[in-house]
Amino acid sequence: MQVPAPFEYERATSVDHAISLLTRLGEEARLVAGGHSLLPMMKLRLANLEYLIDINDLHDELGYIRMGTDEVRIGALTRHRELLESPELAALFPIFADAERVIADPLVRNRGTIGGSLCQADPSEDLSAVCTTLDASCVIQGGEGERVVSMENFYRGPYETAVEAAEMLTEIRIPVRPNGSSAYAKVERRAGDWAVVSSGAAVWMDGDAITDARVGLAAVGPNTTGIPAISDALRGQEPTEDLYATAGAIAAESCAPVADLRGTVEYKRHLADELTRRTLRRAVERIRAGAEGDQKGRG
Amino acid sequence: MQVSMTVNGEEVTRDVEPRMLLVHFLRDELGMTGTHWGCDTSNCGTCAVWLDGEPVKSCTVLAAMAGGHAVRTVEGLEQGDVLDPVQEGFMQCHGLQCGFCTPGMLMTARALLDREPDPSEDTIREAISGQICRCTGYSTIVRSVRWAAEHPADAEEPAPAGSAS
Repeated sequence: MQVPAPFEYERATSVDHAISLLTRLGEEARLVAGGHSLLPMMKLRLANLEYLIDINDLHDELGYIRMGTDEVRIGALTRHRELLESPELAALFPIFADAERVIADPLVRNRGTIGGSLCQADPSEDLSAVCTTLDASCVIQGGEGERVVSMENFYRGPYETAVEAAEMLTEIRIPVRPNGSSAYAKVERRAGDWAVVSSGAAVWMDGDAITDARVGLAAVGPNTTGIPAISDALRGQEPTEDLYATAGAIAAESCAPVADLRGTVEYKRHLADELTRRTLRRAVERIRAGAEGDQKGRG
Repeated sequence: MQVSMTVNGEEVTRDVEPRMLLVHFLRDELGMTGTHWGCDTSNCGTCAVWLDGEPVKSCTVLAAMAGGHAVRTVEGLEQGDVLDPVQEGFMQCHGLQCGFCTPGMLMTARALLDREPDPSEDTIREAISGQICRCTGYSTIVRSVRWAAEHPADAEEPAPAGSAS
């Protein structure tokens, strides 16, 4: 039987309460939301804590998707299922629904949260790649107030983030830019598994030209990575198969996969190439379909 | 610590360690062994129960986390002496072989049908994609859920003659 080592359990009743508990209990305390990464790690003694602070009662405070004109704000305790089932989010950022459909399984998605996924900082984690692709930033709250950290600065290595011991991630902010779309693709060994490789792409266009593009890859480095060289290569260009091939080649050469049970380095580079092409192609198709299908424009 | 929750509508309170998982709380503290305990790693889904109306894997939820919430287990499917249509469907369509995955499958199937009374085969397969049938009997499981969809409990069926309702 796998059970965690003994610990003390506390329930937070507000964000401030959670932070005061973290401050008082110190490094041996950890927040738990969905628990679908942390509890298995505790069972395996990969995580050993003295205190577990349950923040699920904060769902009213931290479970939301707020669609703004310039920015979408997602509360850290928003569950995978809520992200998957939000039509507004799917319309603006189809990359979320693409990714959520292949994150774990429906039962896990009923519990797991976006904040927990990002804070777990698993190199193969899908929402980290989504947020990197969309140039999201993270709101981190501590006793002294809050600070906002870009995805580039959020990760400090596998399973390490910028969130300090007495802080918590409270919100994810995603900039909204016109004439864009996005897509996500993942290769996994079986339904619901971690990615062998996955890729997110976001593209913005003006007429036939790409004004900006971003690609985020998971499972091919210590953390999910954006590939700035792809953005540089795509800006100002007209999307063609050759252009997607160029982007794919950059992805394959810029990433740093390691061989493991999920595949060889060569195979993973091949996937980084192919999935980058596919997601860029799909994002562009979606922009064009949106432009044709909706003359009113969605700004 | 003291943990109270409702299980199949009944309030229960037990004194347990914070590290006790919900699946062991149900099986060992309450003696409700209908919920099975399988892989321990939230992969196989045989431990699926409802937490506030949604199926979850009870090997990856602490009993403490379920405190104050409503849990429904396979023992709570039967209403009075009448089996839930999903239970009936699994009997009619041979939805189980060894039966190990069955409680989890039943709970997920019920949750699916409550949200989507007439699901396609693909939808059913997606709904049970977090659950493993060790006998690989997925086709008959899907058929069983379809049977349940076609025979909802509230349908006007001829009531069994003379039976107390």
